[in-house]
Amino acid sequence: MLAIEGRHGPVIHDANEAALRIGMKRGARIVDMRALVPSLRVEQASPANDAADLAMLADWSRRWCPWTQVDGIDGLLLDTTGSDHLHGSEQALLKEMQDAFRKLDLTPRLAIAPTIGAAWALARYGAEDTDSCTPGKLTAKLDPLPVAALRLERDTVQLLNRLGIKTIAELAGLPREALVRRFRKIEEKNANPVIRLDQAVGRQPELLIARQARPPLRVMRRLAEPLLDITGLTQILRDLCGDLKPVLERAHKGARGLAFTVYRVDGRTCSSEARTSRATRDPDHLASLFDGKLERIDPGFGIEAATLETVDGEELGAMQDGLTEQAEDELAFSQLIDRLVARLGMTSVLRPARRGSYLPERGEAWVPASEEDAPVAHAVDRSAATPLRLLERPEEAEVVHAVPDGPPALFRWRHQQHDVARSQGPERIAPEWWREKSTARLRDYYHIEDSQGRRFWLFREGLADDGRGSNPRWFVHGLDA
Amino acid sequence: MDEPRFKHDISLVSNDNFRDARDLVDDSIGDSTARPILPFKPQLVELFGHFRDAGVAGFALAQIPAGGRVLWVQERMVALETGRPFGQAFARFRGDPDNLVLACSRNTTDLLWTMEEGLKNCSLSAIIGEIWGDPRVLDFTATKRLAMRAERRGVRVFLIRFQGHPDLSAARQRWNIHSLPSAPHPYDAKAPGAPRWNAELFRARTIRPSTWQAQYDRAAHRLDLVPAFPDGAMDPSQPAALRRWRGR
Repeated sequence: MLAIEGRHGPVIHDANEAALRIGMKRGARIVDMRALVPSLRVEQASPANDAADLAMLADWSRRWCPWTQVDGIDGLLLDTTGSDHLHGSEQALLKEMQDAFRKLDLTPRLAIAPTIGAAWALARYGAEDTDSCTPGKLTAKLDPLPVAALRLERDTVQLLNRLGIKTIAELAGLPREALVRRFRKIEEKNANPVIRLDQAVGRQPELLIARQARPPLRVMRRLAEPLLDITGLTQILRDLCGDLKPVLERAHKGARGLAFTVYRVDGRTCSSEARTSRATRDPDHLASLFDGKLERIDPGFGIEAATLETVDGEELGAMQDGLTEQAEDELAFSQLIDRLVARLGMTSVLRPARRGSYLPERGEAWVPASEEDAPVAHAVDRSAATPLRLLERPEEAEVVHAVPDGPPALFRWRHQQHDVARSQGPERIAPEWWREKSTARLRDYYHIEDSQGRRFWLFREGLADDGRGSNPRWFVHGLDA
Repeated sequence: MDEPRFKHDISLVSNDNFRDARDLVDDSIGDSTARPILPFKPQLVELFGHFRDAGVAGFALAQIPAGGRVLWVQERMVALETGRPFGQAFARFRGDPDNLVLACSRNTTDLLWTMEEGLKNCSLSAIIGEIWGDPRVLDFTATKRLAMRAERRGVRVFLIRFQGHPDLSAARQRWNIHSLPSAPHPYDAKAPGAPRWNAELFRARTIRPSTWQAQYDRAAHRLDLVPAFPDGAMDPSQPAALRRWRGR
């Protein structure tokens, strides 16, 4: 028995046949049922996993026909129109399906009918496990079934039952005008017996929407003889890139990520990946992304096949050569970025991005050049005030100063003394109280030139009497031209 | 030292003031030693400097076409010792921070590969490579490859060497750069002003090696020689024609 969390504690989500036979009902509370049958075995239900499994099963059942769809939480719809003769007949198809599902330890209830509604009704409420129904016998088959077989929700079924309508035959026997008028305001299909009845008998069409399977954009080359020499791989890769171009063109796609896989004779595979900063299908460029990566592939006892697959793609329409050089420049530049990223890694090819902060290390970040980055609102422009180079982190300096809160007179940085000749400042940057702790201290930045003309960017952290620690310390934060 | 005459009056760089300088040379002086020194033609230039002195990078940036796309390649050691460039300060040298790409390489082999890769691309206007010390892979062949490609592609390539020794190299010009006390600040006598550099050209193909004192002129985006006298018109060593020219 499977339990799911209900409004007042766990309730029965579903139960096996044995449990149903002794009177367990779906939706009943577990504690009540435990009182009746103390020996119940209860497990937690997981509807998400069930749905995923059902979707997989829908793909798997494409072996019988090209269009399959998941129906609700416990059903599959297959459009076998035109595919049954491939398996002999409808009966043979049903038999084959039943065997296949039984091999998976599943107990299917199967029905073939001219409409989706009829098949649904026969599968769930029909007398037999497998049932097939021809258009001529449709009403005869449906008539004895209860109205719940019309895919109606509980309230509607209850309403019809109260009106004395128990079977589909009784519903179909009512004057149609009266029925339509009674339910004319209800648009919900599950609550409107007229629509459902029409769908079941085929007066109203219903579509089966199958999930489109997208074949992977992959090309393969098999080698006549196992390849032992790694240098031959370059040629194979170039051929594969050439093969991939028409495949991508047909799909109107451009590659953003590529995986090159080689299959060795001993059954192992080696693969190598590359990424691009914009969608492309230029064979030369794609091949160049793997420069230096092929050497790492170990051919072992020989390579017998190789594939190239796009692991990540983007829509890319047909391209026209630009009328201006600008576009070509952009393309060449992005290809350069790709090649650099392929060799150095994404975090090593960077471009500056301004951020909304006056603290230099937060005001500008180096972001991967291969990724699009939305400009930050309220970015701070500090081009006039900042030095040309910024040290990775501020380095502490020993400072002698003439006045406590003034510029330094000399400082020692990395074991060497610099006499300050000229200085400009301070430029005071207050701590960002919304980010930092309350003990963070302000910074007074000074542009400093030493006696030899070298320029530095120093700051004093805090003031002598700000009550946020001991004496203020000095740091070298940047070097200037 | 045997220094060329009149050199104090001719701007060091470059494309913008080339015509002025050439006119000056042709019309009034006619002296072959007084000609613009920094390359008009893009080529490989090697700059030696000290890691405590960011002036080398400034000297290189002053020669890069304004607003062009720049690939800046850094060795790991350089990034640790002298820090990364600050993109916004790039704008002080008339560059566009959006056009700056920084590549961090683990070793010199990767750095040279990145620079060569950049030279295959014509959308760049300059490449700056920063190398620490004297790596073995940076030999004559490697520099020759860079030099040939730079000239073929028309890309300015600056190889900045920190703590390096001038061994064998195919660079077309080799400079020793160190900072000088800056120009007077126009409003504050105590503050540092426009940067000045001592540029020692110790090896070049077409020019006689010598030492100059250069100053960056931001408005015109060029390197100027530091005048020996702040007011050129008062300098008695200059001919009248030059005095007139400077007075313009």
